[in-house]
Amino acid sequence: MAKRESILNLLKKLVQESLADQTEAILLTEDSSLTRFSDSVIHQHVAERNQMLILRVVAGKRIAVVTTNQIQSSSVQKILQQAISLAQVQPPNEEFISLPNPVPIPEIKTFYNHIGRLSPIQKVKRVNDLLKQTREKGCAASGAFSNGVVELVVVNSLGVEAYQKFSDLFFHLIVKKEDESGYASFVARDPDLLDIEALAREALSKISRKEPIQIDPGEYEVVLEPYAVSDLLSFLGYLGFHALALQEGRSFFCHRFGEKMVDERVTIYDDGLDKEGLQVPFDFEGVPKKRVIFFERGVAKGVSYDSITATREGKDSTGHALIPPNTEGPIPINLFMEGGESSLKEMIQSIRKGIYVTRFHYTNVVEPMKAVITGMTRDGTFLIEDGEIKNPIKNLRFTESILSALSRVSLISKERKICSEGTVYSRRFVTGTVAPAIKIDGFNFSGVSNV
Amino acid sequence: MKDLTQNIIDLAKMKKLDYTDIRIVRRQNEEIEVKNGRVEALTRDEDFGFGIRVLSNGAWGFACSSKVTKKEMEAVFGKALKIARASLRTQRNGIHYPTVPSVIDRYTTPYSIDPFEVALETKLNLLLQVNEILQKNKKIKISEAFMSTYQTEKIFASTDGSFIEQKIIECGAGISASAIEGDEIQVRSYPNSFRGNFATKGYEWIEKLDLIGHAERVAEEASQLLKAKPCPSKITTLILDSSQLALQIHESIGHPIELDRILGTETSYAGTSFIKPEMVGHFKYGSELVNIVADATFPGGLGTFGYDDEGVKAQRTPIITNGILVNLLTSRETAHHLGRESNGTMRADGWNRIPLIRMTNINLEPGEWTLEGMIADTEEGLLLSTNRSWSIDDQRINFQFETEIGWEIKNGKIGEMIKNPTYTGITPTFWNACDAIANQNHWQMWGTPNCGKGEPGQVAHVGHGASPARFRKVQVGVMKG
Repeated sequence: MAKRESILNLLKKLVQESLADQTEAILLTEDSSLTRFSDSVIHQHVAERNQMLILRVVAGKRIAVVTTNQIQSSSVQKILQQAISLAQVQPPNEEFISLPNPVPIPEIKTFYNHIGRLSPIQKVKRVNDLLKQTREKGCAASGAFSNGVVELVVVNSLGVEAYQKFSDLFFHLIVKKEDESGYASFVARDPDLLDIEALAREALSKISRKEPIQIDPGEYEVVLEPYAVSDLLSFLGYLGFHALALQEGRSFFCHRFGEKMVDERVTIYDDGLDKEGLQVPFDFEGVPKKRVIFFERGVAKGVSYDSITATREGKDSTGHALIPPNTEGPIPINLFMEGGESSLKEMIQSIRKGIYVTRFHYTNVVEPMKAVITGMTRDGTFLIEDGEIKNPIKNLRFTESILSALSRVSLISKERKICSEGTVYSRRFVTGTVAPAIKIDGFNFSGVSNV
Repeated sequence: MKDLTQNIIDLAKMKKLDYTDIRIVRRQNEEIEVKNGRVEALTRDEDFGFGIRVLSNGAWGFACSSKVTKKEMEAVFGKALKIARASLRTQRNGIHYPTVPSVIDRYTTPYSIDPFEVALETKLNLLLQVNEILQKNKKIKISEAFMSTYQTEKIFASTDGSFIEQKIIECGAGISASAIEGDEIQVRSYPNSFRGNFATKGYEWIEKLDLIGHAERVAEEASQLLKAKPCPSKITTLILDSSQLALQIHESIGHPIELDRILGTETSYAGTSFIKPEMVGHFKYGSELVNIVADATFPGGLGTFGYDDEGVKAQRTPIITNGILVNLLTSRETAHHLGRESNGTMRADGWNRIPLIRMTNINLEPGEWTLEGMIADTEEGLLLSTNRSWSIDDQRINFQFETEIGWEIKNGKIGEMIKNPTYTGITPTFWNACDAIANQNHWQMWGTPNCGKGEPGQVAHVGHGASPARFRKVQVGVMKG
């Protein structure tokens, strides 16, 4: 608590003393470590302690952002002056009205003390337990095990004061045996929820001990595991679920609200407060998270906003601002797809000839407004015949519209899973997508890997 | 700073560790983005800290901090050592890490105009002016202009006795116009997509780009694309322009030849490679026209530097000679798998990351053709320009690319414009189908400032030189709407 007050006081003093018309200070601290293993040997074990102070200043309608990881008071004053100077040289942004005003923030638990128990030795022990389990099955294991503590603090000169401490842990695992591989991953704020044995069992379950066969590309019924579904949902979030894409006319939602765009079984939303996900109480402007429904029973409903995109439409922010300056838009980062009534077993049993996909790899956009993406399958792709999983198959390339695919969803699993890649490039702020498994009656595979 | 680094090196020697290095890195970055006539981003970023890498009894440990003091360095050194000792529990064989001759040197990027000294007003005016030209075309709904400048100051010290100071200056700029009609977006960019073209040069590089001179054409082509023919679906002859070929080299040659990736250390994230060490010396990667070098010494390349982050001098290394794979990108730890020494490709994304094998400037050597001659020699095919999207599998063998624009080639002449051009292929099949490469006059360096690898994630700045080239029997048109 003392640290919380001292950080808040530091930032409050900074924004109060600023000569800019409005000032916002964001502090993101990180104390993390990551243990990486390959071919059943730890080859990388790293630890990091860092912080990032982001100052956004407003001079009239001119805005500038300066970032530093040196937060001694002399250097902070210097960069505040630098930010004001930067703002003053540019033309005004007539659309800008104001930084957000304070709104009460819900109190939620996002930090678990036990994260501190994961010393280097402890982590190596856990990895060794896992390696023992995979070796017993004759498999080589590769993966990463990371834990971290992150603090996010947002203060602005209008009175916003937001502080939250997060713990996070992620573990992903690939097991390999000859030409086959299997995948499993885990992410949580509470480190006590990690079940290494279950994780290993899940990945090992994809090793069938049969030679992968090659099948022709084409349209097949598919069962997509939550990992693959979460990839599709993330692309929808990036391409169309946010206000900037809509306002710039590049969202697939343009002129389509109220229209049934995907199957009525599909409901997709974002909710930073939902306990099933990795909770985040407020955004990078200190605005509390609101639940935003994008598709409700297949019908296009709404998009997420930060304060700038909300002001353009005379609306309130939904609490989806990202780290400034964010030119990509208020992309939702706590996505959920509603579960159904089915199970993986029932989905497989319902297919005469189809494909089971564990996860996708290196997906990328082909046609943004139709949400057409391409990518490869990876680490557990199987042929389904007569209601049973048969052979593993060589990885396939898909090129498919996510919207078209979701309009052909016929079964959705009751069980959902939080999926996360962990960190994305350099800034640690772990969030996740909660997705079910789905069955799609027709999914376009456009190519095949020949290895 | 030398006192601080020497203190850690002395401590490491006292503890008789196998090896230790320390890097102190200060990075400054300025980003400007103008969108639809508004300054959407104007940022300055400064990042400072140090990282210590220790090798103890054959196991690695790394720790880092943004607090650059003697006391913190000693604490971080202790943490790195603790991590290394813990990691030892899973080691099967110790790490082979050869010593290298000590180096005391200083390297600075050659440049004429310091991009950080150019008045902000000058930069903003250029981007605003370009934006205004793009916006004059009424079909353009999103007009963007970008400029980025970077300065990285690095100090490297190791128990080999090396002490190396480097100052790397980089900058780049670009423009982009998006025409939108109904449910269709068409984009054109200059000089390259995804924020432009980048180099280790001063502001003189941005002045030479002539953004203003290309703005009207870029906007016009984006609007014309809305009415262009869709890409046909067929197997045909493909001519790739230099910028698209640069990304093709990056994804289907640059990544597969990283020896750490080949040895499996990226399995859990980015994947592995279809290349194996034993293929070096005989594998026919491409046709005999294909010659690839990894050249960290090329003046102005975005992957140009003095020394890598293991203290190994920048080098020019043949990778593919007359179509045969002859070398890989290596490090001090991995090169012995080829019976060779490191070719100096280990780079870290700042003080808080460990070095990984990264591309330098992976260049396709020029051929003999003129582009005009190549087109005149092509009876039927497509000419594709400027990357729009990319995807490749975890072994870097099945790829699919989309470019912003294409043109039909019929009877040796450029025909109609085509939109949403896509092509797909298998890496060695594709490179073996290369039957013409344009000459030095068409050859150009491209900077890729967004190459991702590693966990925690790292972004590297790398370069690719290429001139347009022709490939036979390529599947084009894989779109599904």
